[in-house]
Amino acid sequence: MSLSLKDVHKSFKKDVVLDGVSLEVPTGKTLVLFGPSGAGKTVLLRLIAGVIEPDAGEIAIAGRDMHGVEPEDRGIGMAFQNFALFPHLSAHENIASPLTAQRQSKSAIADGVQRLAKLLKIDHVLGHKPKELSNGQKQRTALARALAGQPNVLLLDDPLRNVDAKLRFEMRLELPRLIKDQNATVIYVTQDYKEAMAFGDEIAVINGGRVQQVGSPAEIYLTPANTDIARLFGDPVINLLEVTPQMGPSGPFVSVSDQHLVLPPSHVGDVDRPCILGLRPEALRFVEAGAPGAIPLTVETEAPLNEKTVTLAVTARGREIMMSRPAGTPGPSTGAAHMGINASAALLFDRDTGALIPSQDAKTKGKVA
Amino acid sequence: MQSVSTLERVLRGTALSLVIFFFMFPIFWIFLMSFQTNETILRVPPSMVFEPTLTNYRSLISGTLEGSTATLEIRFMGNLYNSLFLSVTSVTVGLLLGVPAAYAFAKLKFRGSEDIAFTLLSFRFAPPLLVLLPLTIYFQKIGLADTYVGLIWVYQLIVLPLILWIVRGYFEDIPSDIEYAHRIAGHGFWSTFTKIALPLAGPGIAAAGLLAFIFAWNNFIFALVLASADKQPVTVGALAFITASGINYGQIAAGIMLSIAPTFALALYAQRYLVEGLSLGAVKG
Repeated sequence: MSLSLKDVHKSFKKDVVLDGVSLEVPTGKTLVLFGPSGAGKTVLLRLIAGVIEPDAGEIAIAGRDMHGVEPEDRGIGMAFQNFALFPHLSAHENIASPLTAQRQSKSAIADGVQRLAKLLKIDHVLGHKPKELSNGQKQRTALARALAGQPNVLLLDDPLRNVDAKLRFEMRLELPRLIKDQNATVIYVTQDYKEAMAFGDEIAVINGGRVQQVGSPAEIYLTPANTDIARLFGDPVINLLEVTPQMGPSGPFVSVSDQHLVLPPSHVGDVDRPCILGLRPEALRFVEAGAPGAIPLTVETEAPLNEKTVTLAVTARGREIMMSRPAGTPGPSTGAAHMGINASAALLFDRDTGALIPSQDAKTKGKVA
Repeated sequence: MQSVSTLERVLRGTALSLVIFFFMFPIFWIFLMSFQTNETILRVPPSMVFEPTLTNYRSLISGTLEGSTATLEIRFMGNLYNSLFLSVTSVTVGLLLGVPAAYAFAKLKFRGSEDIAFTLLSFRFAPPLLVLLPLTIYFQKIGLADTYVGLIWVYQLIVLPLILWIVRGYFEDIPSDIEYAHRIAGHGFWSTFTKIALPLAGPGIAAAGLLAFIFAWNNFIFALVLASADKQPVTVGALAFITASGINYGQIAAGIMLSIAPTFALALYAQRYLVEGLSLGAVKG
C-alpha cells in the first residue's frame, strides 16, 4: 500500500513540531526518516498511525484519505522506540495481540506467534512477562508484535536505539531481509546514518519540522542539500573549509593552503561569494611532494580501523583535516606529508545558509527540498 | 542489609513498641471492655482482671438490651447490615462512575476537564453540614429522604472524589505508547480501556476502593440527618446505647468491636496492597 503525506502540520500548543511535511512512499518500499532528536520523526509516525490527528494536511494510505480513520482500522504495524510491550501480558500474548484483534482461530494464532518467534529467536521465552526479558528479547518481541498482523504499512520507530551494540549489529543485517519478506510499505526512523544507509530505498532527512532532503542513500551522501546533512552522513565527518572562489586562467578556483583547486566551470557565478568547501575524508589522498596541487601538511595522529585508516592532519595554516584511505594502502603515520584533492568529489556550500551550491556536471542530483 | 548494632535494635524496638502501644491500646482496652459488665468496667481503680462475659455480644445479636430498669429493643444487627450494604453499594457505584471518569480526566484532555475534576475534589473541602441542610429539603420534596438510594447518592460525595483522584494518577502513569500499541494492533478504544488500562491501574483501583469503603463505613453525619432508624448504619446506631437509664459501656464496646471488625480485617488483609498501591501512584516511573 502506498503512503502519501501532503503538507502535514502539527503543533502542540505554540510549539510547531511539523511545519508542512510532504512525503511519498511507493508500495513495498522503505523510507528512512533520518534526523536529530526533536526533529518531529516520532510525531510523524504517530500521525500516520492515527493516534494523534494532524492540524492540517492530508495523510493517505493506498490513496485513501485517513482523516477520521481510527488507528485500529488503518492496517498498520508499529514498533516503538521504548518497545511499549503490554507489561501484564506474556511475550506470547503480546505478539498475539494483532491476531486476536483479527479474530483468528486459536490454532492460527499459536502458529503465527510460533513462526515469528522462531524467526526472531525468541521462541524459548514466549511464556515470560516483558520484565523478565532482556532488552534484546523485548525489542524482538515488539518487532514480532508489529509484524504479526501482516500490516500493509509498517512503522519502525528507532527499534535498535535501546539495544546493545552487538545486537544492533546483528539486527542491522537481519532486519532489512525481514522487512523485505513482509512486502509492506515501511517507514523506518533512525538517528544512525549507517542504519539509514543500510535500510532505506529512500532517505528523508527531517529537521526542525521540515523535510530538508529526500533521496537515495547515494544521493544524500554525494550531494547533501546543506552542510548539516553533509555533517550527519559520513564517518569520519566531512571536512568543511571556509573559502571564497576566485577567477583564474583555467576557470573558477578556491585556494586551500595557497594551492588552487579548480572548480567546475558552472561555478563562475559564485566568484567572490563566501562559501564552504566540503571535502569527504575519502576524497583526500597522500601524494608526493612535487605532485601538482600538493598541499603540505603535518600528520598528527592515525587511527587504523579494520576496514580503513583515518588520519588527522593539520595544514600550514593550522586547519585540521580528516583523511581516510582503505586499510593496507601505505601512507605516513606521522610527520610532514602532502595531500591531493579529488576535485570532482568536492562540494561547495553557501556560507550564510549552508545550502549546497549545485554544480551542473554533478552526475547525481538530489531532489532538494 | 547493613549490620545493625544491638543498641540500635533495642532502641528501634522500644520506639516501635511505644508507637504500637499508643495506637493499639484504646482498641485493646475496648476489646477487654466488651467482655465486661457495666459494673466491672466502672470499677475504681480499673483492673485487667475480671470474669469475662458474653452477655454484651448476646444482647447485641439478639437485639434486646437488658437495662437495670427496663428492656430496650435495639437493632444493632440491622445497623451493621445497613453499614455493609451502604458502603458496598456506594463504593460499587463510585467505582463504576469514578473509574471511567478518572480515565477520561487522565487520558482525554478535553475542554474544562481540569475545572470539572477540581470541582469534584472541592466537594471534599466543604463542611458536610453546608450541603446537608438544603439537601434534606430537596430530598424530602423529591421523595429521596430516608431511602437507600438517597443515602448512596449522598455517599458519592465522599466516595467519588476519592476514587476519581487516586485512580486518575494511576491512569496518568500508564505510558500512552502502551495504549497506542494496543490500538494500532487493531483493538478498539473500549477494548484498550478494559484490557490494558484497567489491569494496569488495578492496584490503584483496589487501593482507592478500599479507602473509599473505609471512609463510607465511618461516615456519621449524612446518615444521622438523612436516614431514619431502619436505614441507619452502626456509626449512628451506636447512639442508641446512650439511654435514659445510663450508658451501656459494655454494649458500646462490643458494638465497636463488631463494627470495626470488617474494616479492620479488610485493612489487615489488604495492607500490603494498600501501601504498595498508594505509593506506586506517587512515584512516577
